[in-house]
Amino acid sequence: MPGNFDVQYVARLARIALTPAEQEKFGAQLSHILGYIEKLNQLDVAGIEPTAHTVPLVNVARPDEVRPSLTNEEALRNAPAKANGLFVVPKIVE
Amino acid sequence: MKLAAMTAGRLKAMLARKEASCADIMRSVLDEIEKREPSVRAFITVRDPADLLREAEKVDQRVLRGQPVGPLAGLPVAVKDNLCTQGLRTTCASKMLADFVPPYDATVVQRVKEADGIILGKTNMDEFAMGSTTENSAMQTTRNPWNTDYVPGGTSGGSAAAVAAHETILALGSDTGGSIRQPASYCGVVGLKPTYGRVSRYGLIAYASSLDQVGALARNVEDAALLFSVLAGHDPKDSTSLDVASPEGLLSDPPARLRIGVPKEFFGPGLDAEVQEAVEKAMSALASHGAQLVRISLPHTEYAIPIYYIIACAEASSNLARYDGCKYGYRTKSEGNVIDMMTASRTEGFGEEVKRRIILGTYVLSSGYHDAYYNKAAKARTLIRRDYDEAYRDCDVIMHPVAPTPAFKIGEKTSDPLAMYLVDIYSVIANLTGSPAMSVPCGMSRGGLPIGVQITGPALSEPLLFRVAYQLEGLT
Repeated sequence: MPGNFDVQYVARLARIALTPAEQEKFGAQLSHILGYIEKLNQLDVAGIEPTAHTVPLVNVARPDEVRPSLTNEEALRNAPAKANGLFVVPKIVE
Repeated sequence: MKLAAMTAGRLKAMLARKEASCADIMRSVLDEIEKREPSVRAFITVRDPADLLREAEKVDQRVLRGQPVGPLAGLPVAVKDNLCTQGLRTTCASKMLADFVPPYDATVVQRVKEADGIILGKTNMDEFAMGSTTENSAMQTTRNPWNTDYVPGGTSGGSAAAVAAHETILALGSDTGGSIRQPASYCGVVGLKPTYGRVSRYGLIAYASSLDQVGALARNVEDAALLFSVLAGHDPKDSTSLDVASPEGLLSDPPARLRIGVPKEFFGPGLDAEVQEAVEKAMSALASHGAQLVRISLPHTEYAIPIYYIIACAEASSNLARYDGCKYGYRTKSEGNVIDMMTASRTEGFGEEVKRRIILGTYVLSSGYHDAYYNKAAKARTLIRRDYDEAYRDCDVIMHPVAPTPAFKIGEKTSDPLAMYLVDIYSVIANLTGSPAMSVPCGMSRGGLPIGVQITGPALSEPLLFRVAYQLEGLT
């Protein structure tokens, strides 16, 4: 699998742009790492339950009640661009 | 001895006897910061000294008036810069969050404040806690206080270095694959990664959510116990938080017939001879005081690094998807549509290692590879957990080196990511199993660098680990 690892394609899925030099460097490094990870193929995991996390808790929810939260001003304080109490982003709907 | 070099335990006793004030302690720590910080560079942010002294004096006044004060009264606490502090810049050592000022405190920060500890500042780390040396910080390079040509370890390298350099009394860190324990061992301090769920992660900037845990760094076992007792407890704001009784009896005598498991897989090729010698000496010391050493096997150990990097990177790629330049964090200055904006913001805002892990994580989760990598790793993680469950039939705790070598030179491993990942070979397992694990100093290399031993045990066994560590500390 490392052979057909298309680093540029995967980076695009992650919304990261790579320069040609980075493509070469990351491609080689990640193939090397994936080659090491291949070790896992030696293991037979048929019939083993996966571990997603290690605490015996499921579906923890709080009571559905209104409680204080951030004000509009606080929520917007770290926004890169804002106007009229809203986040400003480039146009999304054509 | 300077106040800044003393343990929290001793300072508390001095405060109680009025031999020193909180303001004296704070002044001493600020002096050390001024002296050591130009070469160590442990802090990204130190709070305004005037504010810090004012807070210390306030605690002094409460003591004078005979009012009750908390267990950390007036003690300076350094906080890793991936823990949110209200009104205090929290960068995660990334350009992405260089200007981020959290509107709330992490639960652990709030608990420190409620215990009357004083938040001193924010410590350096690897960007988004990805690394093993703190060299991946976008802000600065932290140096090992024992020898400034060497790395302090990582990712909580700033916190470990600050404690070791007497630039703070106590520190908070986070540990996803060894990020508290490994820098603690490299800097000669005590580091605890608690059981997953025992300490709240609310307000910890997420890297790999099923592995991340907040913990304590301190000068000795007693201080680590003091800080851990303040941090531990249920938090309704963290859905993975365990509702269990407070840890007690952390410093009592260890059980009479303690069985220490010695896993053969951790003492094989790749382990530095001096580290092996120091760790074996520590175990022998415990054995000569009644503990029994039991040879055990953890057969899936060799798969820990592949499993860890698949799971950690997968979770990172998902967690870090939130940094899109819209609501907070860095936004590009370049023009374009919304996809261009997100791509440019992420490309300019993230450093190299973060990008590498996001790409790796995206790949192992992508259609067609999800089963071969992520699902397989999640299943193999179960096999690792079973190894440990099996081992705990024959022993009470397990001991082994924290890392295969003492600290290495700055720049030595930065060009080879895989070599860097292998530094974590002994430490990642406690995160895969969710177990508590401690790093305790157990010797020095001939080159003058500290060596640490890891003590780990079943979920929620912190009291036992502390008791063993406390005894060991008295013997070394």
